Amino acid sequence: MRPGLALTWRRIPERYTLKGNKCTNCSTNYFPPRKICPKCRRHGKIETLYYNGKGKVYAYSEITAPPVGFELEIPYVLALVELEEGPKLTAQIVDCKPADVKIGSRVHVVFRKIQQDGEEGLIHYGYKFKLVK
Amino acid sequence: MRRVAIVGAGMSRFGEDWNRGFRDMIIDAGTSAITDANISGDKIDGMFIGTMAAGRLIGQEHIGALIADFMGLNPVPSTRVEAACASGGVALRQGFMAVASGMHDTVVVGGVEKMTEVSTSEVATALGGAGDQEWELFMGATFPALYAFMAQRHMLDYGTTEEMMAHVAVKNHKNASKNKYAQYQNEITVDHVLKSKTIASPLKVFDCSPITDGAAAVVLMPYEKALSFTKKPVEIIASAQASDTIALHDRESLTKLKATEIAAQSAFKQAKLAPRDIQVAEVHDCFTIAEILAIEDLGFFKKGEGGKATMEGLTALNSQISINTSGGLKGCGHPVGATGVKQAVEITWQLRGQGGERQAKNANIGLTHNVGGSGATCVVHIMKKE
Ligand SMILES: [Zn+2]
Repeated sequence: MRPGLALTWRRIPERYTLKGNKCTNCSTNYFPPRKICPKCRRHGKIETLYYNGKGKVYAYSEITAPPVGFELEIPYVLALVELEEGPKLTAQIVDCKPADVKIGSRVHVVFRKIQQDGEEGLIHYGYKFKLVK
Repeated sequence: MRRVAIVGAGMSRFGEDWNRGFRDMIIDAGTSAITDANISGDKIDGMFIGTMAAGRLIGQEHIGALIADFMGLNPVPSTRVEAACASGGVALRQGFMAVASGMHDTVVVGGVEKMTEVSTSEVATALGGAGDQEWELFMGATFPALYAFMAQRHMLDYGTTEEMMAHVAVKNHKNASKNKYAQYQNEITVDHVLKSKTIASPLKVFDCSPITDGAAAVVLMPYEKALSFTKKPVEIIASAQASDTIALHDRESLTKLKATEIAAQSAFKQAKLAPRDIQVAEVHDCFTIAEILAIEDLGFFKKGEGGKATMEGLTALNSQISINTSGGLKGCGHPVGATGVKQAVEITWQLRGQGGERQAKNANIGLTHNVGGSGATCVVHIMKKE
């Protein structure tokens, strides 16, 4: 699915600045953010939390069969990144040889183009990660 | 609750079928199941149809009504059920509950998917909808990549190897070679798998289930009534389902599907049975690693030992437990909405002794295990022969 303009606009804070949240009732951090804390439900107290963008590779895969929109990207490395503050997220690891990525590699966030709606369409931006040298 | 039995089962030949469309396949499977049940169409009073992505793959929604119409079963209420690749298993559970509760008496449960009308990357994107669109797919995730993460962690934590995973594919192709409904009826070797093209490392083409057209159907009715239609009713003695996070990154562990564990525990409790009581099981091997996780999470093998058990042949036909006698998703094919129903068709045939060359010996109790997405939905059924 090509994400629409309004959806892209609504997600700008999270995708551009890693704006997530936390539940202060049970001290759990969430990224992507959640409206409801699954542990506390209506007793939860959700507050904004900006993530520092540092983390470690939890798992990774070099993708050679792309979904629609990523045909020109292959091969690319997709990873589960465990953020310093706790949550994991799904993102690409860029600016390195795939063989350089290992489980446990330290990474930090970079702001990049994620995908584009055809030749003249909207360009979608967001987070990717780079290995810490 | 009333006891519920399967009295009819049928499926279309799975494969890449350019000659037949969505409607043709489900009519074929539905008609086979109804004929097998030996009932008249006017006895049917409810239908549940599992389909994952007809809107995306063939541009058709409103599947329940479409199928009732072209099966000639109007005005029977007909409901589409969607739970990604678990659509069929969840449709079966809906049918089971409808009959058990007394709301319906004779129910047809179908599953169907027509996947080869669009390009492979379109299929990948459609199936991607089983994950989290905004936070996984948007970033370039594919389903092979999500299962690759699970494989990588399982390899790290338990020493599972690519060769062990390859043995899942080899075993399932061997079973499929004895199934005339299967997409692939050829045997393969470990070497074929290991040398096949990488899709999402460490997973290769032969670690992945294929893109398939196909349909399957079963007929359900109250157990007491079933005895007047067939000498071989197969009773559904447990039906359980569980949910987990839609995105893989929100799971505590990647080396198990928690929803499988929970659904399995609930099903075994309902049936008052243990994993060792099962002789034959159809489990959700959308990728080779998925079968390894499944046989561990269902309790057939200890956590971490599924790969080794497979390599030692303990899941082959007529070994410790016969896993995926149909050929599984890998060998028989994976028309996503149909898969959960096909599993029930295969177990019905096995428990009736109609497995032919792939018949499991002493098959008295069977199990089906159907997963949606990367494990956000899991449904388990246990079946018993009279
Ligand atoms: Zn909380």
